Amino acid sequence: MRKYEIIFIIRPDMEEEDLNKLVTQMEGVVAGAGGKVERVDRMGRRRLAYRVGRHQDGHYVLFVLEGTGDTLKELERRLGVTDSVIKFLAVRIDEEQKRVEKLKAQRAAREAKRPKTKPASPPQQLVPAAPQQVEELPPQI
Amino acid sequence: MPGQRGNSRNAGRPSSGPRREGGGPPGGPRKQFFRRRKVCKFCDEKIDVIDYKDVKLIGQFVAERGKILPRRLTGTCSAHQHALTTAIKRARNIALLPFAAVV
Repeated sequence: MRKYEIIFIIRPDMEEEDLNKLVTQMEGVVAGAGGKVERVDRMGRRRLAYRVGRHQDGHYVLFVLEGTGDTLKELERRLGVTDSVIKFLAVRIDEEQKRVEKLKAQRAAREAKRPKTKPASPPQQLVPAAPQQVEELPPQI
Repeated sequence: MPGQRGNSRNAGRPSSGPRREGGGPPGGPRKQFFRRRKVCKFCDEKIDVIDYKDVKLIGQFVAERGKILPRRLTGTCSAHQHALTTAIKRARNIALLPFAAVV
């Protein structure tokens, strides 16, 4: 099973009801194709960075789902034939997540190994002496 | 202030005052231009995933016309520039960022 993130844009002139219907319908498509929707995020209505067809705005909806390539294929097909969906983008995210977890683990291990002494900050007495010094020697970097 | 991780770009500057006492040529030609120390923002802030949906972050690395800013201007490291490029291209695809903005 792979993890995907699908974001799609729905026409701005759609009613709230129809929007809900469409989203549940798409969730159904995923479930029907052997996938599992983990998260649905309505990102709301946003201005598009460029016009798509004749639309300037759109409702953004984000799905995070788990499934196989066939699940994704079916969902993409359905999104493509649905007229009210003006754009969509699918990104596979499981490998990226794995990489990040590894990175985090490494960072945590390094943090644990390091001794807890912190001698990095004693020379902080420059504040009282600073004004005089500036008159004699302006910063030269 | 030095503890603040976010604006650590000039965090090193105040402390660089006393250190210069011995080294700098006194009375020499005073070049007074400030070259900001360039650091990779993503390394600095430990941003692991550059999310294409985070327009606020990514938008900082796009020029007014919508072009991706080069590394030499932003100081981004090679690996992160790569990831950033991908993210920007994805964002363009889903109309979060423009391919070409009209100025």
